[in-house]
Amino acid sequence: MNIAIASGKGGTGKTTVSVNLASYLAENDKVVLTDLDVEEPNSKLFLETELFHKEDKFKMIPEWIEDKCTLCGICQKVCNYHAVIQLGPSILVFPELCHSCYACSELCPTDALPMIPVKMGELSHYINDNLNFVESRLEIGQEQAVPLIAQTIDYVHDKFPEDIIKIYDSPPGTSCPVIEATKDADFVILVTEPTPFGLHDLKLAVETMKELKKEFGVVVNRHGIGNDNVFDYCTQENIPVLAKIPNSRRIAEIYSSGRLVYKEVPEFKEQMESIKNFILKIKKEAAE
Amino acid sequence: MKEIVVISGKGGTGKTSVTASLAVLGGKDVIVADCDVDAADMHLLMQPDFEKSEDFFSGELAYIHQDECIQCGKCDDVCRFNAVLINDGKYTIDPLSCEGCGYCARVCPTKAIENKDLNVGKWYVSNIKTGSIMVHAKLGIGADNSGKLVAKVKNEAKELAKEQNKDYIIIDGSPGVGCPVVSSLSGAHFVVLVTEPTVSGLHDLKRVYELVKKFNLKAGCIINKADLNSQKASEINEFLKEENIVHIANLPYDESFTKAMTLGQTIVEYSDNNLAKLLTESWVKIKQSLI
Repeated sequence: MNIAIASGKGGTGKTTVSVNLASYLAENDKVVLTDLDVEEPNSKLFLETELFHKEDKFKMIPEWIEDKCTLCGICQKVCNYHAVIQLGPSILVFPELCHSCYACSELCPTDALPMIPVKMGELSHYINDNLNFVESRLEIGQEQAVPLIAQTIDYVHDKFPEDIIKIYDSPPGTSCPVIEATKDADFVILVTEPTPFGLHDLKLAVETMKELKKEFGVVVNRHGIGNDNVFDYCTQENIPVLAKIPNSRRIAEIYSSGRLVYKEVPEFKEQMESIKNFILKIKKEAAE
Repeated sequence: MKEIVVISGKGGTGKTSVTASLAVLGGKDVIVADCDVDAADMHLLMQPDFEKSEDFFSGELAYIHQDECIQCGKCDDVCRFNAVLINDGKYTIDPLSCEGCGYCARVCPTKAIENKDLNVGKWYVSNIKTGSIMVHAKLGIGADNSGKLVAKVKNEAKELAKEQNKDYIIIDGSPGVGCPVVSSLSGAHFVVLVTEPTVSGLHDLKRVYELVKKFNLKAGCIINKADLNSQKASEINEFLKEENIVHIANLPYDESFTKAMTLGQTIVEYSDNNLAKLLTESWVKIKQSLI
């Protein structure tokens, strides 16, 4: 069962929920937690795990072979991203613009643009007992998160074909990276806070999940701050509220030093228990 | 005219609340640009009137005309994004997977595939409560946030600032370190980094600052919720010293940020408390750093 933890707005507590929920579940069952926020991966900061495996991740880009090139100009014409430009007697490739569609390479009549791998990031797999943790980080200067997210999900599917709980900490927002990260999810947990920004971005996230035809529920973080509008919205839209995490300076402090909140704050643990029960319930229903 | 970009790496550090406060403090001298187009929130604090709105097109999307398709499968063979769906022998394009590379249309023997311009969102020019103007946008669901809409918002803001002889553009940047941030940063005169003393705040600050360094930009830092964790706060301070980043201010952990937001206000309008004073001083400091 794939559970994605997402949110429209950044900083609402996605990572807090992901690492605490995964660690709590791992007290009894085998769990895989995957950090798909490849631009700013943070989950590792909260976990004590040992490195099990590390690999570089590549994307494919064309490389110009001058000797084979006839300067026919087809490559430039077929590239919709302006990543291949003919300038005088040479062909320039802009790797950061390239989407690896292979059109220039395969449509080149003289094979002058073979595809070669360039490193876009690094995947690491850590283990601590029941908890498997996988993260990828995008190299600074690499601009496209989507291919790295896709490859990271492939790694997890390959390594863990069995039906266990897999939690994906998704990037913020509603654009491509989030779509890629939640595409395979059986259920999406949207983390929000009861503030005007939280509500506004929650609505965007809900629209996105509806568009993707996903089942989803909401976790309200910092409950007690702001107002009731988020709850009214969830009632109106018939969206289940899976947990309400209390607003507390103490929780913020524990988080700030990179510790797991559920181990120190009983009220927080209760909320993780609610989410856990919900997940186990839908997992059972799915198996039936 | 000077361009000030506010970014944070990590979300939820108070970037937009700080940006909105600076915009109010700058008043008529400042054109505001909300470049966080994926989760734009500035408008909730700025009372925009959406005076002008325009669709934004970027990239293409493949479309298969069924009457011309002979189901040869060539499109599916060349597509690297698994965007060609085959149901009962019928070929269609999954719009969420298609990246608009156009390869399928080029190899289709019957020219059954058309590339349509893709509407990825809307952008707006609004009069706002500060007596000035804001350029902002809304990215469509699942659209490619390639940074082009961000660049559009910024360029429109720049044009307006030139036309109207404004002194400053204040830009609410996007989170992360990918394309949208790169677009937000290009051409900036000063970068304001908003962070918080948490393990993730520091981690993301360091990552996003690597990017700022690549652009060779002058930067300053506001540490929000500075009293939350004194150990992490001093680690941030050390980092600022090492990297020669101007330390603009320490803001206390203060829930009046949220209270103001609930009323649709910035801190500097909501109260004249310590937080408001510190933000007022920050604006002065930022202006001085630009001289």
